[in-house]
Amino acid sequence: MAGSVEQNFAPLSGLRALDLTGELGWLLGRILADVGVEVQKLDPPGGDPGRNLAPLIEGPVGAVSAAWVAYNMGKSRLDLDLSSPEGRARFLDLAREVDFVLESEEPGVLDALGIGWEALHALNPGLILTSVTPYGQDGPLAGAPASDLELMSAGGAVWLTGDADRPPVRMTLPQSVCWAGSYAAVGTMIAHHHRQLTGRGQHVDMSAQAGLLPALVHAPSFFDLLGENPMRAGGYLVGRNINGAAMRNIWLCRDGYVTWAIYGGAAGRQSNRGMVEWMEEHGMAPEFLRDMDWSTFDVATVTLNEVSAMESAIAKFLETVTKAEFLRQAEGRRLLGYVVSTTADIAADDQLEAREAWSEELVPELGRSLRFPDGWLKIDGVRYGVSSVSTGGQDD
Amino acid sequence: MTDSLPKREGALSGLHVVEFGGYGAGPAVGKSLAEHGAEVIRVESMLRLDGFRTNYPPYTGNIPGIERAAMFAITNDNKLSVSLNLKTEKGREIAIRLVERAQVVVENFTPGAMDRLGLGHDAMIVHNPTLVTLSTCNQGRTGPQAKRAGFGSHLTSLSGFTHLTGWPDRQPALLWGPYIDYIAVAYGVVAVLAGLEKVRRTGAGCHIDLSQYETGVQWMAPAMLRYFANGEVMDRDGNRDPNSVPHGVFPCSGEERWCAISVHDDAEWSRFASEVGEPWVKEPDFATVAGRRADEGRLEELIAGWTSSQTREALVERMRRAGVHAAPVNDMGDLYSDQQLSFRGTFERVDHAVMGLHAVPGPPYRLSETPGKVTHGAPMVGQHTEAVLCGILGFSSAEFEELKAADVLD
Repeated sequence: MAGSVEQNFAPLSGLRALDLTGELGWLLGRILADVGVEVQKLDPPGGDPGRNLAPLIEGPVGAVSAAWVAYNMGKSRLDLDLSSPEGRARFLDLAREVDFVLESEEPGVLDALGIGWEALHALNPGLILTSVTPYGQDGPLAGAPASDLELMSAGGAVWLTGDADRPPVRMTLPQSVCWAGSYAAVGTMIAHHHRQLTGRGQHVDMSAQAGLLPALVHAPSFFDLLGENPMRAGGYLVGRNINGAAMRNIWLCRDGYVTWAIYGGAAGRQSNRGMVEWMEEHGMAPEFLRDMDWSTFDVATVTLNEVSAMESAIAKFLETVTKAEFLRQAEGRRLLGYVVSTTADIAADDQLEAREAWSEELVPELGRSLRFPDGWLKIDGVRYGVSSVSTGGQDD
Repeated sequence: MTDSLPKREGALSGLHVVEFGGYGAGPAVGKSLAEHGAEVIRVESMLRLDGFRTNYPPYTGNIPGIERAAMFAITNDNKLSVSLNLKTEKGREIAIRLVERAQVVVENFTPGAMDRLGLGHDAMIVHNPTLVTLSTCNQGRTGPQAKRAGFGSHLTSLSGFTHLTGWPDRQPALLWGPYIDYIAVAYGVVAVLAGLEKVRRTGAGCHIDLSQYETGVQWMAPAMLRYFANGEVMDRDGNRDPNSVPHGVFPCSGEERWCAISVHDDAEWSRFASEVGEPWVKEPDFATVAGRRADEGRLEELIAGWTSSQTREALVERMRRAGVHAAPVNDMGDLYSDQQLSFRGTFERVDHAVMGLHAVPGPPYRLSETPGKVTHGAPMVGQHTEAVLCGILGFSSAEFEELKAADVLD
């Protein structure tokens, strides 16, 4: 492990990880790379089959999976055949020297190859092994196959999303891999902190199903406390009001959608008042809205009828404004809302630009460089991430 | 109110954290630390209550109350609460003393608010040169939108997630709650622990500026790359997936019972087809990815017709046995009885003076030697003020009473 380093080095620089993961664990290694760990991705001969996962992005020399590129940026790579004794011997040699091993095989697969937790721990007692699997290392569903759709379903996220008159939906961009990878990184860093005090490594067992629970926030608590089962409600927000009123959150505007809602609390009242004032300037605020006493307004106890009358007036108004206009007005009037961005909107966002949140990186598989989200870690004004490490390329 | 201080064990025992702020993005970082043994002291005030105590049902017994809100309870387990009026000089002095003995401050006020209180990182580092401060806010501490206040549910839309959720022929569907807050929470915990590593190496404290928006964009990266590489704007597509067909959520017998089924290659299709055994699965066009894709709508209807008379449990069971990807669409009640989550002890039941027994989700990752644990329910406002001031900071009972009388502990 590294000793003292200069002030500007990424926090975990000098530490090393071997990354055996497939799709479910890619982001874990990416996050460790973001904080300075030198992550070496070990691929089966011929490369990671995940490179072919659709949708692909194209460049002058080839096409490769967008998710693969996104979540493996910042890692170096090495082909290693773990099905051969020579490959396993090489792996163990490498594992002796590193600080982390990351994997997402079905539980028991590495053990059967003689390179599981017990073998690694005996070889290198300080090593942290992080396993990211659909349901965890043991239990009745350990080893059950699951892709993003099954994990989002078993984890409760699908239940909460979609239109009431159609089946519930998952987000089209796979999310379970992100929840699993990010929270596995949390467990890995906690184990690392412990290792710095004790010298001992641990096995971190991440369940992707359980990793969805943070995304549900307090939805399960409705059942726990009240026996209620909150359900998908399209663009409406449920669970803020004791009369069961669903608050509209997605509004059609002239060139897309914006998000805003009637809220309580001091900031919410200001936001509600600001919206009505803006409507009034355009002669579109009905009398009952102009007469509202926002100082006593309570979003938790307002009735369904009141909500629906307020919202239909606001909807008529918002259909007349553009996304850009809404953002401008929301800022000046302190409205609690934003636009419903597409990737094109995000690419043009002035805040991300001002904070230099993007970097330009060469993607060898595409034969071109691409704009990437740079690292997210900003310490004392310095941003650490993909642009601060040397990336890409095959080591061998 | 007074309470003794619980003993702490775990990977992070010995770590002292002081938390300022409310809602999810800051406090849920403290939750992860507290569940692994860190001492996390929430600085609260009756004069400015956490929105998670006041604005979000459900409440125990459906009766609103600052000690009855599940949202607060599941975000602040294992922590201590000290009530301080930071508008008073004495209150700020006590806050500084708490920070002096801490290694970490977590705050999620609007940028500038901690500085105005005299509690910003630059002021604190003078008192505590090895302090790590995590400032987490909507869009970061710099840039034209830095001061913009906003809720996580809206920021989730700004970050692109909402546009990708729902049906292509309908308006976007909302994700539950402040989805993005809990993305930023994972990055926030990693950042705090990375900051502590930096302190170990350099001996100097540091200030982390975490933009929740930027953490969301990390997850959006595949969609962003498609835009930057080929100008493609990704859209929502119901439950369909470019790699698998069929790939959907299908109705089962009973009210609102659903089953997710996905078929990832032709071999899995043939296993699915043998298990289903109906005439339509033998249509030659369905044997190939291209054929299934060409007629995906009709295929989905046929599958739904076949699943709708079966119980969800039986259907999932036979799909899994046949080697086909499947899972129940768990509703909120199902989660508490889910065999796998129960096996892992993901939800813990803890007792609370006002709420009684209630469920709190613990960490989704398990450390083999020092697993995290929900040991205590969330504190009541100021529950540990006396224990911390007298037991840790060394105030006498007389001084404590004096502070109380001077409204410092409101």
